[in-house]
Formats: sequence, structure tokens, C-alpha cells
Amino acid sequence: MSENKINSYRTGPDEDGHFGIFGGRYVAETLMPLILEVEKTYNHAKHDPAFKQEFHELLKEFVGRPNPLYFARRMTEHLKGAKIYFKREELNHTGAHKINNCIGQILLARRMGKTRIIAETGAGQHGVATATVCALFGMPCVIYMGAKDIERQKPNVFRMKLLGAEVVPVTSGSESLKDSMNEALRDWVTNVEDTFYIIGTAAGPHPYPELVRDFQCVIGDEAREQILEKEGRLPDSLVACVGGGSNAIGLFHPFLDDDVDMYAVEAAGLGIDTDKHAASLSGGAPGVLHGNRTYLLMDDDGQILEAHSISAGLDYPGIGPEHSHLHDIGRVKYVPIDDNEALEAFQLCTKLEGIIPALESAHAIAYVMKLAPTLPKNHIIVMGLSGRGDKDIFTVASALGEDI
Amino acid sequence: MGLSRIQKRFEKLKSENCAGLITFTTAGDPDYDTSLALLKGLPSAGADIIELGMPFSDPMADGPAIQEASIRALKNKMTLKKTLNMVESFREEDDDTPIILMGYYNPIYIYGVERFLHDALKAGIDGLIIVDLPPEEDSELAIPAKAVDMAMIHLATPTTDQNRLGQILENGSGFLYYVTIAGITGAAKPDLAPVKQALDNFRKITQLPMAVGFGIKSAEDAARFAKFADAVVVGSAIVDVIKSNINQENVANSVLESRVLSFVGELANGVKNARK
Repeated sequence: MSENKINSYRTGPDEDGHFGIFGGRYVAETLMPLILEVEKTYNHAKHDPAFKQEFHELLKEFVGRPNPLYFARRMTEHLKGAKIYFKREELNHTGAHKINNCIGQILLARRMGKTRIIAETGAGQHGVATATVCALFGMPCVIYMGAKDIERQKPNVFRMKLLGAEVVPVTSGSESLKDSMNEALRDWVTNVEDTFYIIGTAAGPHPYPELVRDFQCVIGDEAREQILEKEGRLPDSLVACVGGGSNAIGLFHPFLDDDVDMYAVEAAGLGIDTDKHAASLSGGAPGVLHGNRTYLLMDDDGQILEAHSISAGLDYPGIGPEHSHLHDIGRVKYVPIDDNEALEAFQLCTKLEGIIPALESAHAIAYVMKLAPTLPKNHIIVMGLSGRGDKDIFTVASALGEDI
Repeated sequence: MGLSRIQKRFEKLKSENCAGLITFTTAGDPDYDTSLALLKGLPSAGADIIELGMPFSDPMADGPAIQEASIRALKNKMTLKKTLNMVESFREEDDDTPIILMGYYNPIYIYGVERFLHDALKAGIDGLIIVDLPPEEDSELAIPAKAVDMAMIHLATPTTDQNRLGQILENGSGFLYYVTIAGITGAAKPDLAPVKQALDNFRKITQLPMAVGFGIKSAEDAARFAKFADAVVVGSAIVDVIKSNINQENVANSVLESRVLSFVGELANGVKNARK
């Protein structure tokens, strides 16, 4: 799905799964043969017109794509600068971009003859999307979710159960997303014969960062077509939030070789200079975890630290390896937005545009609020509105001191 | 010493016609002093080779017992540097028992590979088992280790076919660690027959000694595998004895050391008498 051009930013990863020094395959030997099989299957599938057709048909009929590229008129007027468009991933079935990748991966799992699906989830959006595609294809599904996250995301937990998934609480470590990923990997090692692991973000061992990106590139491909239709030219800037970074890479990748500025917004939690944030690029260093070399939050001894963000979906101490590479070569600018800024953006977007954004996406909105006023009126920003915020109303209410 | 200390130990075991016992404990579990006392007591209790866990915050291939051991050690401020110091203290009294560090790559990567290999050899460490470095990533550590005679023990598993075995053997040394089950440490009891079959197949291709581990929990289990394996690894079951002799604040009781070492003694008896 990516083009092979010399002097292109879009040729990665190399055949060993590296984006510059990042990426790779740092997994237990038991998983290696399976990882290689996933790679082989994906390499066939991506050149198979029947696979592409099934993927795009499901995106159209089941997910409801293409979703609109929406001109945010009142935000634009309010900020008195650049012209702002939202790529409306929150209008997808299940309410976020996550479903794009789940459709792609379950088709791969079926192609490999796997009969059982596992996944990790933080906020529950990827868990819900995975449980949804498992219901669609009638496959048993086990979702690993931190006990702490289960407590703060009850509606999504119930949704997954309704969809037929088994939700397993993870009580090890910090009881959040990274520990759920550890637990999913333990399950996979144990059930390597029949199980496929649907990783939720553009991270993990090769080929996951590549295939998740490719499945999410539908975001950028559509946005490109839509902006050309509406404005007759490409945008000047793109903005998206990053946790692992799947919605950002999906929006950015089709524009990497164009003259377009890109801003990826990391969750700065209580502030980048505190120990309570999730900004692995702004505040971390390269290390190895969960199958790939990438920027991580860790101590001097290489022990992984707990991340913090008001948004459970960004609450991860690492980031996808391609982002680490794009950061190091300077192609994408990674900027921090803290909990308070995200909360303010959440409310402004809701009031001005009638769209309740996910707290994850509110980080991107907060950066647009900083960026747009500094730019001329003919500057076009396309922002990834990755998810809807219904799931976050309890968190927001409690942050605002409201009792609901 | 490095690799040669491991080779010497396997030659000795071969000349005595018995399998070796490899014990696993986590460095710093439940605290530095208790852990060092255990380490010093292991050879006379019957351990032929010592596998020492380097604590890591995210031990993805380990079951609950070894995960908790890592957490206990980290809570007591264990670090990689202290693990090296611990081995250095051990070497003041024992120059023969091979010590192998087992763990995950990130702490070594952050310490710096060159510096780590230098300091680890100097401390008296002979080999490494790094769970998240398959042969595809040999250039990270296995190849630099080979250059300085630090043994790099690679894992083979029930999912390893003949092709991969060749790749595993290319930069692996010391011995081959056969993981008896597809799973995590401390999991279900492995069946004997498929393990023996796998080792028989591997022996057609390599002369390396073969150790088996994962899910071996008692002297009886260990003895069954010691009939045909060159060494048997017991980890979670030993760590469980540590766990049952600490209080809620992870403080060791007065009998922890003797309980652990007498369990190691039982295991050693099982292994030593297996072929008689």
C-alpha cells in the first residue's frame, strides 16, 4: 500500500522491520515463527486485489466510510486564523479510527486460519472495535484490560461483554495499558497455535507497525482526495494526537512526501517537567519494549515507568517506531499538550461545533487552538478527529467537579 | 572465564554421567542480602549452574511467580549494577560454578552493550539468556558477546523447526535451552515424550549440551527429564519457596534461606540419581 520511491519518506520499514534504528522484532523465540508467518501472509495479502476489495467493502458497508472532511466554521471564526478541517473518524461505526485496523487484522487472521482473537485495550476503544469485528465474523475473543482501566471505563467493558468478548482484568504491574499488552503477549505465547493477536496501535514487533499503519492510511488517503475536491490543493498543516500513534500515522503517511507540515500531539499529563505524563518523545529516550525499539519513558536502569494522561487512550509509556524515526529525522514535529489544555479544548469544540470529541482527540484540538491563531487565513489545517467523547463524559465531569 | 567455565562444568557432568541442576532465582528477591546469601549457598546445596534473574518491570515471558519476584526486587531498589556487584561478591568464594544472567534486553541496552559485557565478565558472569532477543536480533548482543567469549544461550521451543534451529545455533553458545512448552515460566507440567523427541532431533544437528526448563516443579519432575537432558532448569518452584517465607512487607523470615536451600538439595538429589 505504500509506494516505493527513492528519496521517499514512505518506503519504511526495511525487510527486518526497521525505520532507521527503530522497530525490529524483540519477541520470545516461541512467537518468532508466528510473527514471520504474519509477515508472509501480510506481504501476500497486500498485493492481493481480493483482500483489498474485501477490506474496502467492509470499510464502506460496515464502518460507514468514507467519513466527511468537515470544515469547522465556528472554530475557524473563533480562532481568527487558519482554516480548520476535521477528518471525522469519530463518525465511524464504534466511534473511533480503531475499527479500520481491526477490520484489516481480522481478515489477516482468517487468512491464516486462526480461530481465536486476543487484544489489549486501555480506554476500551480498541477492545470494543476488536469485539465488534469478532462478533461480525463469529470468532471467540479475549480482551486484556488493566483492572484500573476497567474501573474507569465501565460502559466500554459492558459493550465488549454484550458483543460476546471475554474481558480479563489485568492485575499485574501498574494495571493499565502496558500491563495489558504484557498479559496479551503471555496469552499469545501460550496459545500460539490457534490465536491471532490484534494489536491496537502502530507498534509492537514487525510487521505490526507497518500493517497497522497501512490499514489506517485510509484516513489520509480519503482526506487527501477530499481536500483536493474542496480546496483544489493540499493542506498546509496536519495535526493529530499520538499515544501509540495509529491515527496520526494513518493521517500523515499519505502526505509525507508532500510539502505539508505535520504536528503530532503527545499527552503531557500534569506537565512534561513532572513525572506524570505520557510524552515518550518529548520526555523519553530510545529503548526496547513490546517487540520494538522506540522512545520510552523509563528510569536510569531501563525500568519502564508508568505513563499518566487524563485520556486513557494516550496513557502508554511508548510510541510506534515509525514516529520515533519521523521525530529523529525531523519530518514530524511532536508537541506536548497537558490535561488542562485538553479539557479546555474538549469543552470549546463541544460548544462551538456540536461535536463531543474523545479526550485523545481533544489534545489535537488544543494544539490547533494554539497553532491556528498564529497563521494566515489562507492556511489550511486538517486535524484528525480520531474518536467521539461519549466514553469520556464521566472523566470530564469529575475533572470539572460535576456530579453526574 | 565466560564461556569456558560453562563448558568445563558440562564436561565434568558428562564425565560423571549425570545431568546438571540449573537453579533460577531473581537477583535482589526479596532483598539484596538474602538474595546474596542464597546465591552463596546454592553450589553446596547442589546447583551445578546458577541462573540469576535480572529484574525487569515488564517480564512478558514470565508467569506470576517470577513477575512477582521482579517486582519485589525492584521495590527494594535492585538495579543491573547491583546485580553485577552481587555476582562479584559470589565470585570471591566460588570460582567454578557458572553464573548465567537471565532477563530482558532493555536494562542492558540502557546500560550500554559494550560496557555491560565488560563489567559482566569482570564480575564473573559467564553467560546470558535474553528472552526478547531472538536470532533475528543477534547483532544487538549475541555477536558482540561472542567476540568477548561471553556465552549467549539461545532458546529453542516447541515452535522451533529445523531451519530456525540452524539460525539459533549460529550465534548461540554455552548450551541450548529447550523451553518444554509453548507458554510462560511456571506454567503447566510439560509432557516428557515430545521433549525427548525434540532433543533427539536437535542432537543430530548440534553437539551443544541441552538444558530443559519451564514447568518443572519438583524433584520427581526434574529426575524424569534428567534421564535424557544434559541439565534441568527449575525456577518458579524455587521462587515460590521464597514467596512463602516472606511477610507482607517482603521481609524474609529466619528460615527462608534453609528452606530454599533444602528444596534445592531435594532437586539436586532427584537430578543426580536419575540415571542410576
